Amino acid sequence: MDTKITISKLNFYYGKNQALYDINLEIPEREVMAFIGPSGCGKSTFLRTLNRMNDTIPIARMEGKVLIDGKDIYAPKTDVVALRRKVGMVFQKSNPFPKSIFENVAYGIRINRMHQNKSDLEARVETALKDSALWDEVKDRLNTSAFGLSGGQQQRLCIARALAVQPEVILMDEPASALDPIATQKIEELIVTLKKNYTIAIVTHNMQQAARVSDQTAFFMLGKLIEVNPTQVMFTSPEDKLTEDYITGRFG
Amino acid sequence: MTIIMNELIHRRRKLVSSMMTVLTTACAVVAILILLIILSYIAVRGISAINFEFLTDTPKPVGEGGGIGNAILGSAMMSLLASLIGLPIGIGAGVYLAEFGDGWYGSTVRFFADTLTGVPSIIVGIFVYALVVLPMGRQSGLAGGIALAIIMIPIIARTTEEMIRLVPQSMREGALALGAPQWRVTWNIVMPAAATGIATGAMLAIARISGETAPLLFTALNSRFYNYFYDQPMSSLTVQIYNFATGPFEIEHQMAWAATLVLVGLILIINILVRILTRKKY
Repeated sequence: MDTKITISKLNFYYGKNQALYDINLEIPEREVMAFIGPSGCGKSTFLRTLNRMNDTIPIARMEGKVLIDGKDIYAPKTDVVALRRKVGMVFQKSNPFPKSIFENVAYGIRINRMHQNKSDLEARVETALKDSALWDEVKDRLNTSAFGLSGGQQQRLCIARALAVQPEVILMDEPASALDPIATQKIEELIVTLKKNYTIAIVTHNMQQAARVSDQTAFFMLGKLIEVNPTQVMFTSPEDKLTEDYITGRFG
Repeated sequence: MTIIMNELIHRRRKLVSSMMTVLTTACAVVAILILLIILSYIAVRGISAINFEFLTDTPKPVGEGGGIGNAILGSAMMSLLASLIGLPIGIGAGVYLAEFGDGWYGSTVRFFADTLTGVPSIIVGIFVYALVVLPMGRQSGLAGGIALAIIMIPIIARTTEEMIRLVPQSMREGALALGAPQWRVTWNIVMPAAATGIATGAMLAIARISGETAPLLFTALNSRFYNYFYDQPMSSLTVQIYNFATGPFEIEHQMAWAATLVLVGLILIINILVRILTRKKY
């Protein structure tokens, strides 16, 4: 299995508070890696270092290296806009734009000028909506507001929006935490389908979810990476005592 | 014993709650009632003098009729000029303050905008008199428009800033995560999301300047004629109302009421138009 993302000696600070300590991790290509750990352990912060989303936080500071396809994404000459196109993101709370369903998905295609003409644009939007298993539910009302969709549909719309720009990596920050069990199941099935084409990193509070969707699991605690293992190993015979305590529900 | 106590506490809570509801409702009624009384009083006093001639003619000597047509045009032209200058600068400054204005420069701009909002408008008039009227050698619609724009800018900047700050950060991040550059995020995501609020702020600012008299006294002065260019003294509804109201004759006072009614009506129309135009599509 090829490595898509290599993180080495990553330290992260919010002002004077250190949020991540000396993280070393390799994320394999076209697999799903889950990040688990108690609240405030730094897993979301870590996820956001992979597409430089933390750049928007003025007091944030980072040390160490993140290589994607062998290229340092924190090198001074890195084009952040191009990086974020390659590394898409789905957020905890669905955040559709105040536009129509169609325009939400078309937005990324338009700003990156990926389409040749109108019919090409429509085809790309349709593909993205089909890939996110939303097409059948919205095909008759593409021009209505995205806010009219249910929470689960909005989240799949956000996934469609991310897929439309054809990223190579998709970061998901607790994508199903605000959804009901059925919507969650749909998102999980979707994740498993998507890994054929995409490298996926997902933060989740839900350990069953991690067990269901991921190939690898990384356990974080208090800003440190405690253990990384294939998910099956992690949930049956964890190496670290802390991991075992956490997944058996002794704390967190 | 405790059951009785609980019952008493419960009754007391319900009583206080309903008293508070009555009190706030009463306050709301009073606030709206005052406005309604003012509006209906203006309507009653003004309506009898309004006719086609009054709305289209220029002022004439007392007793010969005449109207406020040139004042309506003058007010419209100066408000338009003020909006053309004030809206882009005000909105631009507001966007800057909200999206990038966290440093010392942003706080300085914010402080000056707040101070400027509190400056009496006649001081703006004097300032523009020195800046525009003296070099030009005469009062003009241009000077009046600039004075009104100066009053608009800080109001619009601050309301725009507040409206843009209300747009959730998650929406910005959603766009950034798709590879949108910062300016596109601001332009096609944040601005449309805040459009209704920004338009409301702009509308309030336009309504505010439509009612200004003091800054126009030194700058646009007044005119007895229709004026289609900005280089001459220009009539405005507010200054015309002032002239009518300070005149000695009853017929002039009646015209002042009528002109006031027209002014209020125009502001109402602007309000309604902007509401319709910025109605949320999504």
